[in-house]
Amino acid sequence: MPVLARVIEASGIPTVTVTMMPVMAEKYRASRVLGVQFPFGHAFGEVGNVDMQTHTLRAALGLLASATGPETRVDLDTAWPGDPKQAYKDWQPSEPSPIVAHSLEQIRQARRERR
Amino acid sequence: MAVDSYAFLPRAFRPMYEAVERHDHDPVWADFDRPLNGARIGLLSSAGIYLADRQEPFDVERERREPTWGDPTLRIIPNDVTQSQIDATHLHINTTDMLADMNVAMPIARLNELAADGTIGSVSPEHYSVMGYQENGAEVWRITTGPEIAARCHASDIDALILAPA
Repeated sequence: MPVLARVIEASGIPTVTVTMMPVMAEKYRASRVLGVQFPFGHAFGEVGNVDMQTHTLRAALGLLASATGPETRVDLDTAWPGDPKQAYKDWQPSEPSPIVAHSLEQIRQARRERR
Repeated sequence: MAVDSYAFLPRAFRPMYEAVERHDHDPVWADFDRPLNGARIGLLSSAGIYLADRQEPFDVERERREPTWGDPTLRIIPNDVTQSQIDATHLHINTTDMLADMNVAMPIARLNELAADGTIGSVSPEHYSVMGYQENGAEVWRITTGPEIAARCHASDIDALILAPA
């Protein structure tokens, strides 16, 4: 996503990146970053929680209007309303992604070869 | 509250992200030089959302065969989309919640409410959807998908784009 942000911003369109991993957006030197401590796949909040989604969107728009130069980061002062442990489980796919499964197999293979 | 970027990340993944070095390229910057209540705003999500009845899903079958590859193509989501029209393909997140309420990842309804109450000037006629897992370097995004989105933003007279990685 930082790649897209750079290309779009370079074309003259201002961007705001709303992200669960603001530290990564900073490493890629994104222009305006709104950090949210929400589970992945939920950048704007909970299912059906209109107030939370609106609050996050308003914060992104506020950052758009207030930032005066590149690499501006603001963190949203909103905690995830539900149980974080449950949210941690719930955002993950039901089976490991192909790259994770592939990496795990490589680790197992290396262990077998060491024996 | 300072956001902990690793709060919801599996512990085993953390070293991979921490090892990424800060880029030495210069930051890019486009001024936002108009009042919000006169601005047209669009959205870009990487949650893998597409229109179930008229667009191809993101190609997760190829990703299963080639785990270091991710579909780099673009889906256009019209502003008048309804929840029942969308589906999502993404092998790295659970899509159940966004299929119940797309606004968790792509808040089109919320953005339209903010246009209706005068917070922003207007909403883009279209929004942009990609699937966030990409091969190293995301070359197709940089060379093809990004410029395509940018051109469409200009054609739709968008004044700013809000991006949400999934």
